[in-house]
Amino acid sequence: MKVLMRGNEAMAEAAIRAGCRCYFCYPITPQGELVEYMARHLPRHGGVFLQAESEVAAINMVYGAAAAGARTMTSSSSPGISLKMEGISYLAGARLPAVIVNVMRAGPGLGNIAPAQGDYFQATKGGGHGDYRLIVLAPSTVQEAAELVMLAFDLSDRYRVPAMILADGMLGQMMEPVELPEPILPQMIPPKPWALTGAKDRAPNVVSSFDLDPYRFREILRALWEIYREIERNEVRWEEYETGDAELVLVAYGTMGRICRTVVRQARREGLRVGLFRPITLWPFPSEPLRELSHRVPVLLTVELSAGQMWEDVRLAVEGRAKTPFYGELGGVVPTPDEILSEVKRYVRG
Amino acid sequence: METGIVFAGFGGQGILLAGKVLARAAMEEGFEVTWLPSYGPEMRGGTANCTVVIADEPVGSPIVDTPWILVAMNGPSLERFSPRVAKGGLIIVNASLVSQKVERADVRILLIPLNDIAQELGEPRCANMVALGATVRGLGLFSLDPVLVAMEEELGTRGREKLVEVNRQALLRGYSFLNALR
Repeated sequence: MKVLMRGNEAMAEAAIRAGCRCYFCYPITPQGELVEYMARHLPRHGGVFLQAESEVAAINMVYGAAAAGARTMTSSSSPGISLKMEGISYLAGARLPAVIVNVMRAGPGLGNIAPAQGDYFQATKGGGHGDYRLIVLAPSTVQEAAELVMLAFDLSDRYRVPAMILADGMLGQMMEPVELPEPILPQMIPPKPWALTGAKDRAPNVVSSFDLDPYRFREILRALWEIYREIERNEVRWEEYETGDAELVLVAYGTMGRICRTVVRQARREGLRVGLFRPITLWPFPSEPLRELSHRVPVLLTVELSAGQMWEDVRLAVEGRAKTPFYGELGGVVPTPDEILSEVKRYVRG
Repeated sequence: METGIVFAGFGGQGILLAGKVLARAAMEEGFEVTWLPSYGPEMRGGTANCTVVIADEPVGSPIVDTPWILVAMNGPSLERFSPRVAKGGLIIVNASLVSQKVERADVRILLIPLNDIAQELGEPRCANMVALGATVRGLGLFSLDPVLVAMEEELGTRGREKLVEVNRQALLRGYSFLNALR
């Protein structure tokens, strides 16, 4: 049965259905409804909802709950995510699974509350300190937001790597019909023998991101990067739309991805051979399929609500085999399909 | 087919609810639909608006530059959004609160004393549903039935069951108003 839900609400409900029973937050627009939904619903499922005294406190509560083996989540928007970055680095270093939702708004600084995609670098290239990666998933519809939250918990548990949902204010605020995923049963969550559950009748477990011996720490990180390589091999996800005969392919994710889908339909009606390549995992980035596309598509036009961040990964994947122009908007302004179509027409003719 | 509808007015006039009821009805009728509110530091008495997009293909942008229908519940909303309404589109003006003329010759204009009708029905807060009734008629995509159901479900889950009947009357009054079209 389809229900009409805001992106923020659907992500909250999906987290509950994924077995998340520990949620810690500090409020910020435009993800407020996620907090409200959790406050209302999580206690009914026997979960813990806690509005912390700060973002820093909230992410460290996530660290504690994750170390104890719980499925745990926090959510925020850009400035709040910046504050959480230290804790996210610690989660990554300690190999703790957790889900972090970033409903992006325009930055830098306090910026404003309009939708933007300026946190791509922060999400995919580190953000916090040290040699680590996050699994980064970018939904483009409310339906996909719900599904990717479920997936984020699964992937995070499987690899013991924190996962981030990179959404934006538009997706968080808008309502769309959604078919909510079935709730998982507690026994479907894989056991966590490494968790701190009380060391009765067993040797104590240690959860830490700290090792003073560089050689020992190097081995820990080498093992971690083996895991990252495994994720790169197994978990790349993307969507292609009308790319078969395309002369130009738009590369866009999240909200821009869905808007570019409309651009493709309009272009096709006008006889222009335009397609869409939409990364769903931003890390691992779908470099291989994009590389393949660049052998037969002369123009790959990246479109973002930023000054061009994912664009760098597109160019790295394409390595000069195709033209890689960029079109973006700044400050929370969302371009219309017509504006993007005009840009497309600079490169292709019917 | 992709149709944009903008509801705009003061905070507290039920702008977001009217849009949500329409979106819900469209969903039940099998359409693709999005609902996007203005959000941020909003307050009662401030401005509020929401955009509903109804389509037969997945909706790309939930932001609409040229809505097909504008519901202007107050003067500032009319000033702000009326220049953007698509040629041949429809502007529903709340004649109870709006005195200024609409400076558009290329759109249909429907003047309805929304607040007066709501007052007549004995519930000043249902002006939004009078407007929604007229919107559904102007839209012509589906009958009022799914809208009545959606309204009932919306109000019923918010502990406002006693308001269902008067809102039903309001929707019916609005729906029958299209003969006032100039």
